[in-house]
Amino acid sequence: MSQAPLALAQAAPGLLVTMLRIREFETALYRLFMAGELGGTMHQAIGQEAVAAGVGAVLRPDDQMASTHRGHGHAIAMGLPLEAIMAEMYGCASGCSSGMGGSMHLFDASRGFLGTTGVVGAGVPIAVGAALAAALEGSDRVTVTFFGDGAANQGAVHEALNLAAAWGLGVVFVCENNGYAVSMPTAEALAIGGVVERAPGYGMPGASVDGQDVLAVRDAARDAVERARQGNGPSLIECRTYRHKGHSRFEPARYRSSEELAAWKARDPIELFEQRCRADDLMTEDEIATMHGEVKVEVEAAVELARRSPRADAEMARRLVFVPS
Amino acid sequence: MTRAGPLTMAAAINEALRSEMTRDPRVIVLGQDVGRFGGAFLVTRGLYEEFGPERVRDMPISEAAIIGCAVGAAMVGWRPVAEMQYSDFVASGFDQIVNQAAKIHLMSGGQYRVPMVLRLPIGANEHGAQHDQSPEAWFMHTPGLKVVIPSTPTDALGLMKSAIRDDNPVVFCEHKLLYGTKSVGGRAGDGPSTDETAATPGEAASNAGDAIPLGRADVKRRGEDVTVVATALMVSRALEAAEALAEEGLSIEVVDPRTLVPLDRGTILESVARTRHAVVVTEEARTASCAAEISSLIAEEGFDVLDAPVVRLGTADVPLPFGKTVQAALIPSIDDIVGACRRVARSVDAMGSDR
Repeated sequence: MSQAPLALAQAAPGLLVTMLRIREFETALYRLFMAGELGGTMHQAIGQEAVAAGVGAVLRPDDQMASTHRGHGHAIAMGLPLEAIMAEMYGCASGCSSGMGGSMHLFDASRGFLGTTGVVGAGVPIAVGAALAAALEGSDRVTVTFFGDGAANQGAVHEALNLAAAWGLGVVFVCENNGYAVSMPTAEALAIGGVVERAPGYGMPGASVDGQDVLAVRDAARDAVERARQGNGPSLIECRTYRHKGHSRFEPARYRSSEELAAWKARDPIELFEQRCRADDLMTEDEIATMHGEVKVEVEAAVELARRSPRADAEMARRLVFVPS
Repeated sequence: MTRAGPLTMAAAINEALRSEMTRDPRVIVLGQDVGRFGGAFLVTRGLYEEFGPERVRDMPISEAAIIGCAVGAAMVGWRPVAEMQYSDFVASGFDQIVNQAAKIHLMSGGQYRVPMVLRLPIGANEHGAQHDQSPEAWFMHTPGLKVVIPSTPTDALGLMKSAIRDDNPVVFCEHKLLYGTKSVGGRAGDGPSTDETAATPGEAASNAGDAIPLGRADVKRRGEDVTVVATALMVSRALEAAEALAEEGLSIEVVDPRTLVPLDRGTILESVARTRHAVVVTEEARTASCAAEISSLIAEEGFDVLDAPVVRLGTADVPLPFGKTVQAALIPSIDDIVGACRRVARSVDAMGSDR
């Protein structure tokens, strides 16, 4: 492995707490939906935590990120406070989008979080625009844009990948290949073995990564971010991962076998990393247990706060249609 | 500083772009062939040479990326002016303008703005159904977008300045057949809007070139008997119709909304309150057009002052076939406008033909 033990021991708690926050947040959300306390829909990232955490760990505060419809983990990894995201799920005025956006429209301009999005692939051209802005400003800030195996086949995504490479922009394209676009298996949607195989076709380096290994994700992301920051253009990283839940809300994912689900659950990214932390003395058992407890308290507090907070109102929507002249 | 002498509409838009790009280093131009080629309709000619390849960017044929790039750059502080080569091709990037640009300000709780302009060449020019449409209704119907549609070079110049300075996404519709025109008939000097305080030709000249606020209609011709609300190319046809009808003693007022969103309802309704008769004519396919929206508005809010039903004229509801003669038969002509004004002024059955 490439990491000196001391540096890894320093990085481990940050990686684990991010993954635990995502897991606990999503788990709490699932219960709230099941209880009928929250409405609408949500797209959960349980099982995919290592991708968000590994990428988020290598970014600078001024870097930018465009997310997907399955973006709670991206938002948490980018540093959005849990209370702000939970409040947004409740439609509170204190939510990160002032209660106007909800799950699929989480934004945080103060953290360069260009938004989760309800349109598959839509964030990718927008991310290229944000990277263009960085280039125009002579800034070395990097733009990360996530998209799934399904989005990889969207026309707008092809356009964006081509353009970023043609212009040499500082973008890191991260494909979260979780094997399914709603019910469509990736193997049926692609003629090729993986999205990463398109990288040379677009004119950029590609990397295929075990998305359940947060350190592997982090290493690949670091390389891609550095490449972009040095002005050497975009990269495409394909992270093989898996969502434990269905596509959305309570969708039961009957298009997947129980054997397949069990096999991926055996490679739970959080369990894998905790095993690594124990084996390599990166964290003690007590530290891990304490962290679990703290995250649970944090999420519960976010839920309680959201329950008590005032909801956004329709008048806000009328006011926000246009920036006043 | 504007150039001396009358400008074509293309040159006027060019002047607005140049002026704004000088004034604000954050204004950039994106589109196919906009740079070295100067734009398919030469509207961006010279900008590449003056401002360079960083700020005037030739793009691949990638409408979603063109518009999406404009959205992303706008979100983080730039002011992109993106061009679709023909308005019809906006359909290839439609998500980025209607689902992204229009909605990001609200969805983000006001954190992000999208101060971009999307320029669309509209209107029939004998190319056929996929090059000749007037799709402004798609955008008037989308909350979060402003929609501008000038009919004269002066209006185009002033409105483009305002569009660029506006912090919202603006769809700017430019009629292809107006690119080469220097004035609209019926009013000498192509002066500024009548809502400004300028009254003398001298003041009018000094005001030409100023930014024209969005949401202000312009009465292009004063009249007493019938209000004709018209946009783009139909403004000049309405003015021609007005000239012809003046000889019959029928006095036509021509109101050019200039912006569809925000719509200057006040000027339109005030005009109808005086004339008591309204004809709305645009080049759009007539069903569910912006003209239909304006007609509905007049009927709802002007019902008590109308002496006749509102008449709406538009292009026939067909994909526009190729060819001059066929198109001329399907698109509202000067005669159609004359006929509509006569019918409505006599308060007889104003429905006439099915156009």
